[in-house]
Amino acid sequence: MAESILKIENFTMHYMTKAGEVSAVDNVSLEIRKGESLGLVGESGCGKTSLAISIMKLLPENAVIKGGHIYFDGTDLVPLSEDEMRRFRWRRISMIFQAAMNSLNPVYRVSDQIIEAMETHFGNIDYSEAREKVANLFRLVGLDPKFMDQYPHEYSGGMRQRAVIAMALACEPDLIIADEPTTALDVIVQDNILRELKALQEKLGTTMIYISHDIAVIAEVSHRIGIMYAGKLVELADAEEIFHHPIHPYTAGLMSAFPSIIGPKRELVTIPGEPPDLLNPPSGCRFHPRCQYATEICREKEPEFKDYGSGHMASCWNPLEG
Amino acid sequence: MSETLVRVENLCKYFPLTRGLFRRASLFVHAVDDINFTIKRGESLGLVGESGSGKTTTGKLLVRLLEPTSGRILMKVDGEEVDISTLKGESLKRFRRHVQMIFQDPYESLNPRFTVFDTVAEPLVVQGIGNVLEREERVAQMLALVGLTPPSSFLFRFPHELSGGQRQRVAIARALIIEPSFVVADEPTSMLDVSIRTGIMYLMLDLAERLGVTYLYITHDLAVARYMSSRLAVMYLGKIVEMGEMEEVLQKPLHPYTRALISAVPIPDPRYKRPIPEIKGAISEPINPPPTCRFLDRCLQAAKICQDSPHPPLEDKGGGHYVACYMV
Repeated sequence: MAESILKIENFTMHYMTKAGEVSAVDNVSLEIRKGESLGLVGESGCGKTSLAISIMKLLPENAVIKGGHIYFDGTDLVPLSEDEMRRFRWRRISMIFQAAMNSLNPVYRVSDQIIEAMETHFGNIDYSEAREKVANLFRLVGLDPKFMDQYPHEYSGGMRQRAVIAMALACEPDLIIADEPTTALDVIVQDNILRELKALQEKLGTTMIYISHDIAVIAEVSHRIGIMYAGKLVELADAEEIFHHPIHPYTAGLMSAFPSIIGPKRELVTIPGEPPDLLNPPSGCRFHPRCQYATEICREKEPEFKDYGSGHMASCWNPLEG
Repeated sequence: MSETLVRVENLCKYFPLTRGLFRRASLFVHAVDDINFTIKRGESLGLVGESGSGKTTTGKLLVRLLEPTSGRILMKVDGEEVDISTLKGESLKRFRRHVQMIFQDPYESLNPRFTVFDTVAEPLVVQGIGNVLEREERVAQMLALVGLTPPSSFLFRFPHELSGGQRQRVAIARALIIEPSFVVADEPTSMLDVSIRTGIMYLMLDLAERLGVTYLYITHDLAVARYMSSRLAVMYLGKIVEMGEMEEVLQKPLHPYTRALISAVPIPDPRYKRPIPEIKGAISEPINPPPTCRFLDRCLQAAKICQDSPHPPLEDKGGGHYVACYMV
């Protein structure tokens, strides 16, 4: 078993808003091994992006870390100052955002943006050497280097996403967090990018965290999958295990709510109600108001996140029989 | 066999790319280029394609939010078949009672200053149906029907006080309150979360059955289309390249583009290993496209006939399975 590269322990983060405190990430613990690919699935507002930007420490001003640790390669990132964080951010931990257009500066050539990213981390580098590196990165992500001196608006959506991936790879990071990397793209382009990312990961041994609302995308790229609901990590297991033997009723609901074009056309499950308002999350298990198996204890006491065997973790008072 | 409600014949919509104020356009985007299809009363036709394929333009043409460049759209209105592309004035307004459109983004398709009641009652006001009391009753009934219960607690709320799923329910209530016979639904669930989406999908299916609504269901998501429609039409750069019964097309796709599209759809099962889609290059824009097959430059099966001939006609290959390809 490979050693762990990222270890999150009891991490809690809140947003201070005019309306009150939003409990965005609540007591999340999770470990990722070197070279592994972890998928984080959940609906909007479940805290998956909040967790990602906590790892990057790219939090907005109103975010407050209430407790817990995020160990990256042994160093706790939580207490680090902005200056100290610079040794890690982009250089060792990198992130690919959903809106590729917004991650690229429209008034600079793509090549210059990537060179700038490399300069801030490697210090002054030889320009022609840097250009050679950019050309290599372009080839790596399946872009023709002849496009490197163009501007972002001259690129198609798929090309932009590839350029953003090239930029994320520029500093040869150990960990890449890909937040909905293909959500805005058409399926054929999505297929392309996902295959590219998978191949790159195998080739470079990079550790990946994929974040998506789309369980089909996550199913295809992840070794392990974590399911988030209302700021909580409610289940975590190997990809096949979580798809075929879910323990948490929310996970099971998500899986059977998702349509597929193959196999028999089965009845889709509707999860009643809507995700809770995290200004005032439900007592006990946060899923209990929508759960058909909820009992008295679910309303009163929060279930513990525990191991159901061979690393299949879940927090539920009335676990499903897999 | 039920009657044909919508018949589209040689429908085209070209958008000029104008340069400067007085210069005449010489370049046109062939957004919809000579398409033909019919929709029977009570059925739901799924229209899928990638962005830029012309599916939304087709939807807008069918409800006359856009006027066609050429071609005919024949629709049964009060038992009479009329060409809706020529309607004007009073008869256009009468036609609008029979068709509605549901849009993708429930955050943008509702007026933020209108209460739920104002929004849902507006089609009644525009069409001059009922007095205030009657409208209020119909709106309340409609809200109950779309699952916004109790209606009294929703009537005077504003869009910002509603969740995404609730907003889309309001949009559906607004579309269905004048009991249209034909509804164009343009990606109505693509902005919604999975746990909310299924509810909206089943609501739309249930209402279609109860109120006898016919849908043109536009989506980029084949898996959603599978549940929402009984027939499927696949568009590529302004052309319908394949059309037929839903399961038939999904299980036995014939057009190389449909095959690539289907094999690119991620499968929610980690055990399943998807084949690599057989397609090359990237989608282009249909600006003054060459007369040959639109898919030619991306097709791995293309032969000489494809280069020498015009875009292939959409032909029935048996059992109502239509394909536009010389190699099939």
